[in-house]
Amino acid sequence: MIRILRQIFRTGIVTEPLPPEIEAGILQVGERLEETIRKRFRRSLTIRQVDAGSCNGCELEIHAINNSFYNCERFGVHFTASPRFADMLLVTGPVSRNMEVALKRTYDATPFPKLVVAVGDCGCNGGIFGESYATLGGVDSVIPVDVLVPGCPPPPLALLSGILTAVDGYPGKK
Amino acid sequence: MSMLSEALREAFPEELQFDHRQHPSRVICCLLPRERFAEAAKVLKKKYALLAAEWASDETLLGKGFSVYACYRWGKEYLIVRSELPAEDPSFPSLTKKYLPAYRFERQMQSLMGVIPAGHPDLRPWIKFEDWPQDCYPLRKSFDSTEPLPRVDGEYQWAKAEGEGVYEIPVGPVHAGIIEPGHFRFQAVGEMVVNLEERLGYVHKGIEKKFEALSWHDAARLAGRVSGDSTVAHSIAYSLAVESISGLTGCNIPERAHWLRALFLERERIANHLGDIGAVCNDAAFAFMLYQLSRLRELLLRTNLRLFGHRFIMDRVFPGGVSVDITAQGRDEILAEMEIVAKDFERLVEVYEESSSLEDRVRDTGVLKPEKARELCVVGIVARASGMNLDCRIFNPFPPYDQYDRLELDVPVKVTGDVHARVWVRVEETRESIRIIRYILENMPAGPISVAVGDPLPETAGFAAVEGWRGEIIYWLQAGRAGEINRCMVRDPSSVNWLGLEQAIPGNIVPDFPLCNKSFNQSYSGHDL
Repeated sequence: MIRILRQIFRTGIVTEPLPPEIEAGILQVGERLEETIRKRFRRSLTIRQVDAGSCNGCELEIHAINNSFYNCERFGVHFTASPRFADMLLVTGPVSRNMEVALKRTYDATPFPKLVVAVGDCGCNGGIFGESYATLGGVDSVIPVDVLVPGCPPPPLALLSGILTAVDGYPGKK
Repeated sequence: MSMLSEALREAFPEELQFDHRQHPSRVICCLLPRERFAEAAKVLKKKYALLAAEWASDETLLGKGFSVYACYRWGKEYLIVRSELPAEDPSFPSLTKKYLPAYRFERQMQSLMGVIPAGHPDLRPWIKFEDWPQDCYPLRKSFDSTEPLPRVDGEYQWAKAEGEGVYEIPVGPVHAGIIEPGHFRFQAVGEMVVNLEERLGYVHKGIEKKFEALSWHDAARLAGRVSGDSTVAHSIAYSLAVESISGLTGCNIPERAHWLRALFLERERIANHLGDIGAVCNDAAFAFMLYQLSRLRELLLRTNLRLFGHRFIMDRVFPGGVSVDITAQGRDEILAEMEIVAKDFERLVEVYEESSSLEDRVRDTGVLKPEKARELCVVGIVARASGMNLDCRIFNPFPPYDQYDRLELDVPVKVTGDVHARVWVRVEETRESIRIIRYILENMPAGPISVAVGDPLPETAGFAAVEGWRGEIIYWLQAGRAGEINRCMVRDPSSVNWLGLEQAIPGNIVPDFPLCNKSFNQSYSGHDL
């Protein structure tokens, strides 16, 4: 126990020693995000992540926004185990034919407002895999998409701003 | 002459032929009539060889029918047995009764290539779902991969368990965590799992088919996206396989390029191991370790971005060398970073070791016994945690690891085969990789970092095996008549190790499954291709 506590104190809050340009970026994005989330989602935005065919690269970066550097939870953004509790779906991958049905069902199980963020080059337009017998291309070929976050894979900051953009545009959503 | 090919020569003195179009020359390819395909497996099994991969190739564009290939490994040797099948009757004797991993390989070959493993006990399609048209075989040359497939009706037959109190838990494909999709079906009595059946294929993207439509150079990008967490290892394996048939030999690739590749590979290994150790602890409700270790992981990724332009060093390795060099300043930066990481890592390992409640969860959980591991021919971390001393960096060393006297390597092997053993192999490998990185940085030869590589010679086949962080990755490439990619076979470690998970679970309680799964942490994308 002592060791754990010592390590925690030794580590401190790691957001501090960030290089200024990155820190400014996170805080700027985060503060805007926090306000919007407080107003529109009663302080918590709940996300369900769906891998619809990615290579796992995007998933690693989505994990990273949960680490103590980006710490998305401080803005009220957190990930849930079920689409039934989700405000937003974060979908990766060139939608594979074998995931098409599962993705549609997940979308159907998600309550309003059903925000959808397509993550990665593959999620945006199919990326290197494109359209083939096994892949259907971008996420928007299967479910409606609100925001695209390109990148292979998109870095954590880009993911955070993508989430913000989707929340920002929320009132316009039918 | 190799021990394995000698054994085959003794068993089939009349029929055995050698295929000299297989490169590099230390990988021997034998040609046998298809009736002998399974008999050869029997002979090799008696010599304690392990089955590394099995695949089929459509060779109609080479003026033949189909061919089936089985790649065996024994110590430092790789041996490929090839049998030709006529196009009108593409059946061959199944290896499943001799080698268990052939079970999945052959289901996959039958589903995607339409070759028939005679005598296989379970010919349910694999990767090809029940709603695909039955007669479509994507890997055949006659198949048009650009057209979408129609959906048909069909049903998958699951293994069933019956009896009082037996119930089923279906999980997936969309999981609770942020992970890739796959379906697991448990039969359980009370809390105890009686049987686990995996069903994978959800992220099948037609990668092997896609390779055939790309140029040798563009395909390096695709290889880097087979499994995003092993992007460096896959790119190196692909590049080595191409280099083996491109009219150059390995030594023409600049020495510095090899050392840079090794640097990237070891950095990838550390980053993934840190993430995995943290995630295993997190699944045992010890979140402290996850946050601490992902902090270290993030440090590594940021250095990667600063020095090499990409957090996962994607697209930096290609046939001919690497595209990014390291400066003296970059070298110092990594050395300083390694200092911090190594120090904090050791403190955290101490916390892991001293936490008795964690120990309670990870010891004797998800045991894959050594004899079972051997039977399943598992590779990588999973194999080393179950008593198998395997590591291509030592037994099939690719440059620069072939310079034993310089790059010395210690491979950790544990025998308990439980979650703890798999964590501990990672711990020791992380230490070892930190040491190797320091050595590489201090001893890296100077010189150019890439050369131009010509297109591969027509009708040759290249092979490479690389130890990624999960284990041995194999690429087998076949060049067509015009020197184009006729077939690219990718064998991610996951293709064999998923069977290990299935076998390790029965007898455990349901809530321990996430913990066991995380300790294996196999790739869905690398398996489904």
